[in-house]
Amino acid sequence: MIPDDRLYTAQHEWLKVEAGEAVLGITDFAQQELGDVVFVDLPAAGQEFAAGSEIGAIESVKAVAEIYTPVAGSVEAVNDGLEDAPELVNEDPYGEGWLVRLRLGEEGPRDDLMTAADYEAQLAG
Amino acid sequence: MRAEPACTASRARSLRVESVDGELPRGDLRGRDRRALAEVQRTVLYRRHVESGARFGPFAGYEMPIQYEGVLAEHRAVRERAGMFDVSHMGEIRVRGPRALPFLQRLTPNDVGALHPLRAQYSALLTERGTFIDDLLVYCLDPEDYLLVVNAASRARDLELLETAAAAEGHGVQVDDQSDETALIAVQGPRAAEIVADVVGGEAAELRYYSFLHQDGTNRMISRTGYTGEDGFEIYLPSERAEDLWAEFLERGRDVGLAPAGLGARDTLRLEAGMMLCGQDIDEETTPLEAGLSWIVKWKKGDFTGRDALARQREKGCRHRLVGFEVEGRGIARHGHRLTVRDAPGGAGPVTSGAFAPTLGRAIGIARLDCGGGGSPEPGSAATVTVRGREIDCRIVKLPFYRRPKRGV
Repeated sequence: MIPDDRLYTAQHEWLKVEAGEAVLGITDFAQQELGDVVFVDLPAAGQEFAAGSEIGAIESVKAVAEIYTPVAGSVEAVNDGLEDAPELVNEDPYGEGWLVRLRLGEEGPRDDLMTAADYEAQLAG
Repeated sequence: MRAEPACTASRARSLRVESVDGELPRGDLRGRDRRALAEVQRTVLYRRHVESGARFGPFAGYEMPIQYEGVLAEHRAVRERAGMFDVSHMGEIRVRGPRALPFLQRLTPNDVGALHPLRAQYSALLTERGTFIDDLLVYCLDPEDYLLVVNAASRARDLELLETAAAAEGHGVQVDDQSDETALIAVQGPRAAEIVADVVGGEAAELRYYSFLHQDGTNRMISRTGYTGEDGFEIYLPSERAEDLWAEFLERGRDVGLAPAGLGARDTLRLEAGMMLCGQDIDEETTPLEAGLSWIVKWKKGDFTGRDALARQREKGCRHRLVGFEVEGRGIARHGHRLTVRDAPGGAGPVTSGAFAPTLGRAIGIARLDCGGGGSPEPGSAATVTVRGREIDCRIVKLPFYRRPKRGV
């Protein structure tokens, strides 16, 4: 099931916006395509990012996936648990496998974000 | 998220099929678009892989199983129990005739004259510059009958080279490509011997490393060889019998935990074992001396293709060296990243293979260093690799990264 409490990008990231903050992760489809995640490269707290910029990377045994933020913001926190347990991205991509929490900037999220239903339609298409 | 095969330098625009080889076409998975795979071949075991839930990717013109349950689980199965690989894409070229032995002596650097019947030998086809066209296994059925097992990507070129040389030889050597009618199943791991003995007969378990037997009734060849760093077997058999044998292995291997394993695990296993991948670590710009494979070059056997160039290189020393390294900092070095040795004698050059090593729990790699005239770096030398603009600490280590523990008496 694709959680309907958040928004999605065409590149298989999810974004959960709450009270001026946004949590970013990758979708279940994305983790399946990547396979066993063995390393997650995340930004430092406080770093600022423009919408659409690369904020990190997820590496599986055989592939590297760059992660882009669909919103501008500064990094409030990163998921430290992924350092010792990168497999959380595979096991719980919508929960324990979250990547970063951003403090949102002035401009809101990009307007091409999808609802869960739209994202599901994209996967089916 | 934008994903790309780890060993591809160029940027992908969307989520991509995983690939174990940087030079391959990549298929776009979005919308389940499989057009990129329309032209590729499949092995006779394709249906079996689908039944086992394989995920496929393009490799050397074939649509090959990359993984089933997952690369880490399959890697672990081979190290701890047993794994089974379909490597039917490999090429089998038969070389027969009264002149077969001198013919192969001239075309390969290892000493085919020292090869007894029912023994196999690792060797190569080289250019006149002494660089790799392909690496291969030479199986001696008898002194006038040999089977060369070659990489799928170089099969056509190998065949052309062998056929041209055979034609120049005149009568006395016959070269036949038997790749399409031959399937190849590899069963690898500490429990492989008991499974293989159970399925094909107890005499297989008696084989020494790099020896083989031929079973007339089923026309299959069983050799104690592999590409994983574990004990294991490779079984060559007529294609039409491959599906049944694959199913029988799965069935009878279940109790000891035999798992089907894909090319993803095959790549991490061979890298841990320090084995070179032709077309990636070794290629037409690399000689056996540079690759640490000088043991396949036999100087006392007479002339062979590339000998003069290799003799000159032996005299002058190698400017380029393939070296192993471990990543000590946080990150994974991948194909195409650049390694720089900080301690003298130094050197720098591209990473040819790099991956997270599941058995070791850290990232490892092989790099092709330009050492200038200073000699190759010592094991233990400090180095750095640049990943996404950041320098990560590494250390030069001796190959192999992993050696299997001695088991039993």
